[in-house]
Amino acid sequence: MPVKVVEEWLNSCSGCEISILNLGDTLLDLLPELNFVHIPVLIDHKYYGQTGESDVIEIPEADIGIVSGGVRNEEHKHVLEETRKKTKILIALGSCAAHGGIPAQANMYTNKDIFEKLFRGSPSTDPASDPNHPNVPQWLDSCLALDEVVEVDVTIPGCPPHPDWIAEALTALLEGKTSWSLPERSVCDTCPVIREKKSAAGPVRRCFENLEFNPEEGLDKMRCINEQGFLCLGPVTLAGCAGKEGVPRCIQARTPCRGCFGPIRKGARPMVDMMGAMSSVGLDPKTVVDRRAIMNRYIGGHGNLRPLPARPARK
Amino acid sequence: MGKIVNIQPVTRIEGHAKVAIHLDDAGNVADTRLHIQTLRGFEKFVEGRPVEEMPRIVCHICGICPWSHHLASSKAGDACFGVTPPPAAVKLRRLMQMIAYVGDKLLHFYFLAAPDFVIGPDADYAVRNVIGIVNAAPNIAKQVVHYRQLTAQILENFAGRAIHPTFSIPGGVSKPMTEAERVEMLAHALELLDFSMFTIKFAKENVFAKYIDAIKTLGVIKVGHLGLVTDDGALDFYDGKLRLMQPDGSHEDFADDEYLDHIGEHVEPWSYQKFPYAKKWGDGPAMDLDNPVGVYRTNCLARINVCDKMATPLAQAELEEFRAEFGRPTHLTLLYHYARLIELVQCAEQTVELLEDPEITSSDVRKKIEPRSGRGVGCVEAPRGTLIHDYQSDDEGLITQANLIVGTTHNNAAMNLSVKQAATELIKDGTYDQAILNKVEMAIRAYDP
Repeated sequence: MPVKVVEEWLNSCSGCEISILNLGDTLLDLLPELNFVHIPVLIDHKYYGQTGESDVIEIPEADIGIVSGGVRNEEHKHVLEETRKKTKILIALGSCAAHGGIPAQANMYTNKDIFEKLFRGSPSTDPASDPNHPNVPQWLDSCLALDEVVEVDVTIPGCPPHPDWIAEALTALLEGKTSWSLPERSVCDTCPVIREKKSAAGPVRRCFENLEFNPEEGLDKMRCINEQGFLCLGPVTLAGCAGKEGVPRCIQARTPCRGCFGPIRKGARPMVDMMGAMSSVGLDPKTVVDRRAIMNRYIGGHGNLRPLPARPARK
Repeated sequence: MGKIVNIQPVTRIEGHAKVAIHLDDAGNVADTRLHIQTLRGFEKFVEGRPVEEMPRIVCHICGICPWSHHLASSKAGDACFGVTPPPAAVKLRRLMQMIAYVGDKLLHFYFLAAPDFVIGPDADYAVRNVIGIVNAAPNIAKQVVHYRQLTAQILENFAGRAIHPTFSIPGGVSKPMTEAERVEMLAHALELLDFSMFTIKFAKENVFAKYIDAIKTLGVIKVGHLGLVTDDGALDFYDGKLRLMQPDGSHEDFADDEYLDHIGEHVEPWSYQKFPYAKKWGDGPAMDLDNPVGVYRTNCLARINVCDKMATPLAQAELEEFRAEFGRPTHLTLLYHYARLIELVQCAEQTVELLEDPEITSSDVRKKIEPRSGRGVGCVEAPRGTLIHDYQSDDEGLITQANLIVGTTHNNAAMNLSVKQAATELIKDGTYDQAILNKVEMAIRAYDP
């Protein structure tokens, strides 16, 4: 008997859904066991009935609910609550659902400032009032992770999550388990670069030039990115971005980690921990440009990012 | 008092939309609206961010076409900092873009659009989807899944990430390509080209010929077109001048940093998405089905209309066949699907061409940046249309102002018109069913929003 599945996306980019499709052959193997009864990216099931005459949003009952994206507006909240009500196990898929994700960078600003910029402060836009119509859902005060609104049973973090973990989590649930989580390891624990526990002194370098490495050689011959003097969030970021095998994805691209899998464990304080990690190799954390935004790039939900009181304008 | 028929969510598209069809007392269409319901606020929350971080922030605008935003942003960053990336860096950016687009076009055609044509527009929704296709044509489905996954794997193996990349950065790219990587990738590229040729042949024989009546009617509107072309008028996805074509085919070309002279954005209270319009075409915009003003389209049909030619031989042959049948410009909305596959061929051919270029393995892939205040406009063609990223930075190289006009936004007015046209034609005297409402959605789906 296939398991019924509902999939929804909220304040999202659809990268998580593409990651589901990137399961590729594995998805074809799993499909006979999964009965998708609602998944807007692939299937035409409608909220208001197939001829659109109901006046309440309805999501079918299912064993598993998968939701990507954070909660930005009233309708997201409503769809999430309805999905929670109708599903036995709720999966938060991706870092927006788990931590707010990139769109929660907006939490550094008030809604008023954001709408002012978008609808009256853009050089190409004819200034106008904010859209305000029953069919454009009102924003909440901030962009929330799912567990700020409903209870979440399983979290698959990542931006996007790796298909290996989507497959592993679904397989565990299909076997009757009710929970699944990634092991609590840091990106550094899975990163093969050379570490000497000290860096070139001086302020933290911005990515104005490339890392030092020999492209003919593997990552095991490259010096640690923090030790090269650049900010890499590997020490405080949950490992797993490259799936079950393979080295961290951004490091593979010879670029620093920006924390897309979120903190290593619940309750961690990545910003504080990262300052410690930098100090331990001789880098001055105070010299990180745009520090608050960069260190909370994917985790602006849960109150991590808030509007700051107005400061004097920059020169 | 008539009634309102709601189609929500609009499905097999990327994003959140709702169609409201307003019927009058007699049950005929009085008005329709395509409401875009989400808004994330990127233009505001990137203020203060370092310019060199932008390509890895704004790629998150779209998880289906992250490479497009990644590259438009890199180009805007190049211009802000006043650097010209080394030739090999540009080639590697183009290569990644082409491979990503091959995957994207396969995804759209087979996973999102094909169910309407292969399973049928009137079929029950429970089978009118990609899973239905897996059951109906398992051999083709297997190949599609394989080749789409292959594009993602190629990108990941070389550039670390297929979704939300970090590889391109103002001044160039983060790493060069080795000869061993080039050889391995080229073998895959040739397979992708073969499958692309199979796909367009399959679609011409099994889809476009069969649905020619629907193609000639559904969602048809007569509006303008926007797309990038090279100096000699060839279709290009990465660079060139913008060409804005009027409905009659006359056109004007301009540099990307002059876009503000040509394109304005209008706001309607009933959609979070703005309505870009051509400023010089009269007192627009007006989304009047009989007399639209200022409305233009982007994405593949627009690109196929504005270009004088394709950039590669096999794609050019396909364009000639297409134009012989439909002319230039063509206004038939469902031809987006056909145009998309002509582009698929060019993307696959350009992937091979780039990998056969010896310069692509040069180790010179990044210019050093000195932060400065400046303005940079970066423009590329995303699968879903023209992207315009316009940044201003301060002395420290931090963003002070960002203006983004992205692919599907350009199509907002046109999609609204196509919905209105389709609904008006299909719903008469209050008679409609799920199949008719799906056909209204097909008018949206063609745009691949």
